[in-house]
Amino acid sequence: MGLADTAVRESRDRIHAAILHSGFKFPSAHITANLAPAFLRKMGPGFDAALALGVLAASEQVRARTLTAYAVFGELSLGGDLRDSPGALAVAEGARRAGLGRLIVPRERAREAALVDGLEVAGVSTLREAAEVVMGGAARPLPEAPPQESAHVAEPDLADVRGQATPVLALEISAAGGHNLLMEGPPGTGKTMLARRIPTVLPAMTRAEAIEVTRIHSIVGLQAGGLITRRPFRAPHHTVSPAGLVGGGSPPRPGEATLAHHGVLFLDELAEFQRPSLDALRQPLEDGYVAIVRAQRALTFPSSFMLVAATNPCPCGFAGVGDRCRCGEADLRRHRRRLSGPLLDRMDLLVNVERPTEQELRAPPATSSARACARVAEARGRQLARLEGSHARCNGEMDARLVRRTVRLEDGAERALANAYTVGALSARGRQRVLRVARTIADLAQHERVTTDDVLTALSLRQRSFAEEALAA
Amino acid sequence: MSYACDCCIARAWLLSRLGGHLERARTRIEETLALSDEDLIAAVGGRNQEQVRSELRGADPETARRRTRSAGLELICRCDPRYPARLRDLASPPAVLHVAGGLERFLELIEKDPVAIVGARKGSSYGLEVARALGRDLGRAGLTVLSGMALGIDSAAHSGALAADAPTVSVLPGPSDRPYPSGRAPLHRRIIATGAAISELPPGASVWRWTFPARNRVIAGIAAMTVVVEAGGRSGALLTAAYAQAIGRPVGAVPGLVTSPHAAGSNRLLARGAKLVTGAQEVLDHLFGAGVRKAVSEERSPLEPDQQRLLAAIGDGHDTPAALARAGFPAEEGLARLATLELAGYVRRGPGGRFTVVP
Repeated sequence: MGLADTAVRESRDRIHAAILHSGFKFPSAHITANLAPAFLRKMGPGFDAALALGVLAASEQVRARTLTAYAVFGELSLGGDLRDSPGALAVAEGARRAGLGRLIVPRERAREAALVDGLEVAGVSTLREAAEVVMGGAARPLPEAPPQESAHVAEPDLADVRGQATPVLALEISAAGGHNLLMEGPPGTGKTMLARRIPTVLPAMTRAEAIEVTRIHSIVGLQAGGLITRRPFRAPHHTVSPAGLVGGGSPPRPGEATLAHHGVLFLDELAEFQRPSLDALRQPLEDGYVAIVRAQRALTFPSSFMLVAATNPCPCGFAGVGDRCRCGEADLRRHRRRLSGPLLDRMDLLVNVERPTEQELRAPPATSSARACARVAEARGRQLARLEGSHARCNGEMDARLVRRTVRLEDGAERALANAYTVGALSARGRQRVLRVARTIADLAQHERVTTDDVLTALSLRQRSFAEEALAA
Repeated sequence: MSYACDCCIARAWLLSRLGGHLERARTRIEETLALSDEDLIAAVGGRNQEQVRSELRGADPETARRRTRSAGLELICRCDPRYPARLRDLASPPAVLHVAGGLERFLELIEKDPVAIVGARKGSSYGLEVARALGRDLGRAGLTVLSGMALGIDSAAHSGALAADAPTVSVLPGPSDRPYPSGRAPLHRRIIATGAAISELPPGASVWRWTFPARNRVIAGIAAMTVVVEAGGRSGALLTAAYAQAIGRPVGAVPGLVTSPHAAGSNRLLARGAKLVTGAQEVLDHLFGAGVRKAVSEERSPLEPDQQRLLAAIGDGHDTPAALARAGFPAEEGLARLATLELAGYVRRGPGGRFTVVP
């Protein structure tokens, strides 16, 4: 009893079969298992092993006193094996919070659960082994770490990029300041390829961040064993629903925005996404989390990510490429309108990506991920020092007040910005964006005050909203 | 005061009533519109002739006047002595002009040597910049810029004039209280705030294919000179030029790349003797005699030598940061210099992040 879903109710059959096949006897008595607290909805087969051990303890086949020190988690097969069950890290953290010192999980999940300090984790592969552990059997060593996939798959690296000097510069700036980036360019020019390399330029995650990311990926079953150390890169298809993007459903599951937590969320073909999906991204972009409210409770999923988007410059994709573009002015306006909106407001940087020339393809790479990453880390360090004591950790997170307080301009830079504002090239909000980006460019160049060139470079990478373009026309 | 005689109002009503019937005659629209009411009905009325005739007899001019007034329009008909004299050169001067933005103002504006700037809907960035600059500089020289508010070149010409705080006049293919295309409503509002929008069709009339060439003849009729900026081989702007030539008005054209389909029509005009126009000065020279009036160009902060080299490279077709890098302008400083040029008004960033030199 206790608000169990189908998978939980079915567990009585699994437990029955598993106990018999593990060489235990199933007691011939009426058994009541209480899943408390009663108001919480219980889901999934993860309770199997705990219930089975409970039955064994109640029928005195296992000593009950020692069982109270254990948290047990995992699905049982009919044959008595403990199956891989997602979410072990979250369970381990829960067990730690509940003051339990020991945890039994499926073997595949042992390394993941062991990430929680001060918890004795046993990875087992059968119910029999679990019973042995509880009865004081030999401690089970953690399984070997699985070979890193990087051994097989070549890690993307900025050194793979040829030409593209301006996009690479923009990429470095956006990584250094945590600025959301919009890339515009014809099909096949390398927008996606560039986006995939952003996580390799971002500074390494702290241990706390890595555990947070591992927990999220463990819950949705995307991760088996070990700590995730690489920043996530998520690229949902443009048909994704709002729930798929920010989470939802019943039971609520985290969406792509949460899976991209501490990493990069990449939206390719931005103009093709449904409006409701894009609108749903406003909250995570604003607050760094998603709140999902259901009749019985409200959940928050962390989702603080860098947004990178790519789009064709026009419906046919070839705007500006000689006479290849087939779009009229009306098509262009429609395309711009599809793009505009609250999401574009959060894009600090716009860069145009072009096809590299044959000569550029043969030239040596301009930089590498390692080099760029070092520059980014240096720039982030300066930002952390400057923003100490505020809510922001990087320039991209500064609000208007923080910009006013911390961004110091040289005289020429001040004049250039004022000029851009008076000729109507900037809105008030656009000015904020330019200031944030200029500050990051200055951080990369190790300038104490933002110089004129820093501001001008930021101006030339500014994202132009539809309204601003109309203003300038 | 706004006034138009019953007979002319009835004629405007008839054009609106015949609407789709006139489609059949759209390739010879000028001759067709020159017919008398009776002949026009007989020519295109088909089986509905009797019906149209009786409706025409029963049409109440007062109702039409009330409708135009409530649409905020003023009227002038060809029987009025103040009717624009140049329009009378046409074989088929419009019976009534429906004016948005004020009749007095309109009549005054077209006294000031109106110059038509027309071209293709789908112009290149170069064409759009040239049209904008022509509109701006002619407006600054005190001439009225006249065009059709179509997408592309036409709109660029209007907005160029408005950017120089000069009034401009649009001739619409539909009724003048409803902007066509509707996406140009903001531009329409700006045009009638200081200038005027006119049409020969009464409020409520529909836009048909024939109303575009019909509109083009009105532009050619009002303008003292017509300049085609960019027109493809079959652009309607060529029709405007042909109407202008037919009544002996000067026609100019802006040269384009011989390899560009956007400029095939305008280049052909040049080959057949149209005046070569590279800027407002040639237009002024042609209208008033060489050197009589000087075009005042925009005041822009002077450029340093390296900026001038960058500008020259962009004008040469190195129109993106990457292309400029290949031409020897490194990306890092390049971005900052491009921003300087853009803010000073020497270049504009177009679709796909390509830069165009502003003349």
